[in-house]
Parts: sequence; C-alpha cells; structure tokens
Amino acid sequence: MESTSHAFKANVEKAMVDPGLQKALGMMKTGFQTRRLAAINKLPEFDRLRDQGRDIKNHVLENLDFYLERFERKVTEAGGHVHWCRTAEEARETILGLCRKVGAKTVTKGKSMIAEEIALNDFLEEKGIEPIETDLGEYIIQLRREPPSHIIAPAIHLNKSDVIDAFHKAHTHLDPDRPMDDPNTLLEEARNVLRPKFLAADVGITGANFMIAETGSTIIVTNEGNGDLTQILPKVHIVLASLEKLVPTFEDAATILRLLARSATGQEFSVYTTVSTGPRRPGDLDGPEEFHVVLLDNGRTNILGTEFQEMLRCIRCSACLNHCPVYSTVGGHAYGWVYPGPMGAVLTPTLIGIEEAGHLPNASTFCGRCESVCPMRIPLPKMMRHWREHEFERHLSPSAMRSGLALWAWFATRPRLYRLATGIAARLLGLFGRAHGRYGWLPLASGWTKGRDFPAPEGKTFMSQWAARRKAS
Amino acid sequence: MGRTAEGIMSDARSQILGSVRRALRRDALPADKAAALEARLRDPKPNLIPARARGDAKAVVELFVEMAGNAAATLTRVKSAKDVPGAVADFLASQNLPASFVMAPDPELDTIPWSERPTLSIRRGKTDGGDQVSVTGAFAAIAETGTLMLTSGPDHPSTLNFLPETHVVVLPAGKVVGPYEEAWARLRAGRDGTLPRTVNFVTGPSRSGDIEQRLLMGAHGPRRLHVVLIED
Repeated sequence: MESTSHAFKANVEKAMVDPGLQKALGMMKTGFQTRRLAAINKLPEFDRLRDQGRDIKNHVLENLDFYLERFERKVTEAGGHVHWCRTAEEARETILGLCRKVGAKTVTKGKSMIAEEIALNDFLEEKGIEPIETDLGEYIIQLRREPPSHIIAPAIHLNKSDVIDAFHKAHTHLDPDRPMDDPNTLLEEARNVLRPKFLAADVGITGANFMIAETGSTIIVTNEGNGDLTQILPKVHIVLASLEKLVPTFEDAATILRLLARSATGQEFSVYTTVSTGPRRPGDLDGPEEFHVVLLDNGRTNILGTEFQEMLRCIRCSACLNHCPVYSTVGGHAYGWVYPGPMGAVLTPTLIGIEEAGHLPNASTFCGRCESVCPMRIPLPKMMRHWREHEFERHLSPSAMRSGLALWAWFATRPRLYRLATGIAARLLGLFGRAHGRYGWLPLASGWTKGRDFPAPEGKTFMSQWAARRKAS
Repeated sequence: MGRTAEGIMSDARSQILGSVRRALRRDALPADKAAALEARLRDPKPNLIPARARGDAKAVVELFVEMAGNAAATLTRVKSAKDVPGAVADFLASQNLPASFVMAPDPELDTIPWSERPTLSIRRGKTDGGDQVSVTGAFAAIAETGTLMLTSGPDHPSTLNFLPETHVVVLPAGKVVGPYEEAWARLRAGRDGTLPRTVNFVTGPSRSGDIEQRLLMGAHGPRRLHVVLIED
C-alpha cells in the first residue's frame, strides 16, 4: 500500500472536517470500550492471563529461529508447504505462482492485514486474477476501492448510506429501486452476492492469528464464517502470515485466545476459531487439496533485538485504537498506511521508516490508555518516545522544534537562571491575564492558542511554591 | 539470474533464520536448549485455566447451556437419543423450516432412531450450499464460553458447519468439558500426533458488526445454531 503517512497533518485536517467520518467515529467511542470492560469484568483472571500471554510471546521471540524451523517441519509432515519470503515482493510473487499453477481466475480472501501490507489485491488484479474480499467490511471497502481504517472493523469510517451507495453502484444486476434501508437487507445482499463467488473460487487466501509450532497448524478467528468458506471450498488454501504469529502449543494459543476476543470486540470468544492443519485427508469429503503457508518477514527481523522488539507481541486486537483519543478523533485513514492508532504509530515507522512515518509517534497525548488496555502489555507510549528520540538524533524533527528544545535545554541546565526567568514570566502572564483569566494569543505559542485558550497563571511557579512550603513546614 | 524459485526460497529461508539469529546475538540454539524446547512441545502443559471452567461434570453442562445461550445459540435438552428425532422435528417446525436436512455420515448419528419420525427427510453427505439445514455431531463442547468443537473427517464434512442457514448439533452431555485445553487433550489422546484437517470452534451463529457497529446475524455462516443436548 502506498503510504501517505508523511502527510499526516493534512490528512488530519481533512478528517476533522469530514462530517460523515465524524458521525461514524462518534458511534465507535462507546461501543467497543463498554463491551470490552463488561467482558473483562466477567473474567477475574484476565490480568494474570495478560502476564502469561506476554511471557509466551517473549519466549517465542527469544527462540524464534527454533520455532520457525519446527513449524515448517510439522507443516511439511502434515502434507503442506511453507514458503519463506523476505519481502512483500517475494510474497506477492509466491502467491501469484501458486495461483497460476492451478490456473486461478478468482481468489476469495479472508481478512488479512498482511495482505494489505503487501498490497496483494492490486497486484493480483494487475496480473489478471480477481481477488474477492469476503469479510463484510472488507467487501464494502473493496467496492469503494479504499483501504481499511481499522484493524478489525475495516469499514468503521462509513455510515449506512455509504454502504447503500456502494452496493447500488456495484450490484447493477439487482433492482435499483429495491429497499435497502435496513442493515439486515444489506447483509443479506452481500451474502447472496458472495455465496456463488465462494463456490467458484480456485484459491482461498486467509491470514493467521496464530501458527502453532507443535502441530504446524494455523488459526484464524472470525465472526462471519467467511474465513472458513474461503479455506474449505477452493482447491488451494494459502495462509499469509508474518513470522511473529508463532506460538509453541495449542495451550499457548488458548491463553492468548482468552485475551483476544475480549480485548477486541468484547465477546467472550469469537464465533469461529478455526485450526487448519495441512490439506484434506484421505477419505475427507471436503476441504482444500493443497495447503500453503507464506511465511513473511517484511521487516520483522529488523525489529527483533531492538528497543521495539516488544511490538512483535501485538495480536492485532485493536484495543489500543478503540481507546485512543487521537484515533477516535481522526480515524484510521489519517495515519496514511496499513496500521492506525497507537500500535500503528509504533509499528509503521519500523516497517516503512521514520522518515516517512515520523508524524505518527508524535500523534499522541501520552494519556497511556493504549498501554493500560493492551492484552499483551506492550509499552506503546514508551516506544513512541523512543521514536521521538530517534527523530531528534537523526535531525528529522523540524528546526523550530529543535532550536526551541535547545533553548529550553540551555535554560533548564542553569537552574538559577531558569527559576528567575520562569518566575518573571509567570508573574507577567498572571498580571496581564488577570482581567480575562486566559490568553487567546501569545507570541511563539500560536500552535497552542490557535485551537484553544492558554490559561493565565494565577500565582507563583511550582518551584517557588515548593520552596516556600518546604520552608514553612 | 536464472535461479530457480526453490533456490530463491532456500536463500530466503537461510537469510531469515540468519537475520533472526543475528538479531538475537547468537547462533542456532545449542543441542541441550533445543532438546528442552522439544520436550516442552512433546508434553504440552496448560497455562492458567479460569476458575469458571473447573467445575464438576454437572456444573460444566449447566455452564455450557448458559454460555451457549449468551452467544445466541438455541438449545433443547432431551433425556436420551431416542428423543432426538422429535426434538429436531419440533425445532424445524418452530422455525418454519422444512422437515428435511443433510446429515453428517457419522456412525454416532446413525444410532439415533430417525425412522421413528418418518416425516423427516434425511440425506447423508457434504453440502454444496443447496441445503437449508444440516445436522452434525460434535467432537466436544466447551463450557467456558459455550463453544462447540467440530472436527473434520469422513464422518463430518466441514461444509455442513458453514453453508446451510441452520445448523443443528446433536451433543451427548458426556462430551461437554470445562476449558478448551481439556477438549484439545481429548483430541490429542485419540490420535497419534496427527490432527484432523479442520477443527472448528463454534460459539453461536454467524454475525457481523461491520455496518455502523450494529450486530447483524447470519453473515456468511449459519443464521441459526441449535444444540440438542442428550442428558443421559
């Protein structure tokens, strides 16, 4: 996917005045958060499971080479194939090769963020193979030819009227005057349009929420059942997964599965959790005849062993997006690439570079909610700070900010001067601001005052109050 | 130039493994360390199991009934296998569905006296989407979240779990366990290190929240999931 992360600020300005987007985002604030909390309150062990989930993933990352080889061996033993791919390009070519081998014309797809990462749909289309997204949200945005704006709710930026428009334009074989106002009729229409496509597809591509080293199995988690129809009906099932999805055993997957749905949608368990191992067995009446796992690095090994390694624990649940004040104000598209919200602010620069995505780790209020809800206990704010440090060290931050910080640092390392200057400033600001109690404009602070007032100080600086109180006690 | 696809892939394989080891600042794991990890894989231990999943046989059945209901599955309890045909027929009638279905070619299901309800029309096999209703067994059921565990095989085509609009599962109470781990241990125990191609954990009927976050039932999989629980 082409990135517009460098244009984050412009994207945000557009997003904030988009009435349709703001209406759709308004609906998301309460739903996910309330449901997550209700589900967690019903599971007293939740926090201990978080610790175990974190430890499992840390263990895998420390032994990743071992588990990768072990997984490959078991996939092969079960009659499947593992394809190692360093880059997006290698993964695309591998998938194309597998499709061409069976003369595929159409490919159904379950939801996969990695497929977005490698821009698989555009590539297959260019090569004359029709990719069909089957998750309802993904189907809607495919019709609109736009990327997902949320990891698990890809069409969350849309309102019902947008879906009606998209279906009107795409489903021209249906009566243009058919009633479409009830969302159930929209779902029904998508179901009816997609059913024959499921049955006709030559290849089905899904992602993986987990890969199990013990058995060479892959696991997907869905609510619609589209991922299952995608993998049991066509001749060939291709799983597209990045390296860090590995867990040692089913037991380890079960622990993290207890965290996943609760953190994501607030369900106790998703409707369909499916474990796939190899192709159909002799005597089976259905299921794919070929099973392929495209195992993708695409930058993961560059993250391993760095201060961003903990990001590889991420299970893509979206809890951090759903609780982020920035995400819920600007939506997912503003982030400009595949992964939005706090996890995107950390992950995106590791995958496409801080030069391109430097705005993202700066788009944070550091309120810390992302870390507090993360089921895998990923210290997202800390890692956003790491990115800011990298930017500063590599002279990527704007010069005004750099000279401002340099000036502040000069003062701050001279405590007496600092106290004197801030004391004068506080007094003056308090004096001139007394009448209104606030400033609508201040020199050098327009970035702040453009959007909101600056409150006038009412007394002395913190340092002088501190000193006074210590003296008094 | 001119290298084979296999050649490129084995390059990719060794390069990825090499990058992992460089990042971890070590070579391939020493033999003793690798053996310890192998041992962990050969004898998998459960992690923390929530208290709610640790009840006795009676308690887990009650919990399953409650949790399956929470997940929008419907459920009928019957005394014995001979009551199943009546329960299935009544359920179909209550939903205004025809008294005909495709059934998994499962020897366990064949022990049910279906002929006592001659109005039921039964076809055995997989489905290509032309059937409104399917009837299958289950490998196990997990009380913790009201989840059915369905395993593919000659006796249970996976298409029956997804293509029909209505899926009826016949479940003897003895198959209900507390946590996922216990169901998985049963599966492992009955097989010598191999797994069925597909294991479906199913919790309620299909749904989507992709239009304005409204919960809509029956997205691609079944709209209705009905369990007939045999108590004896």
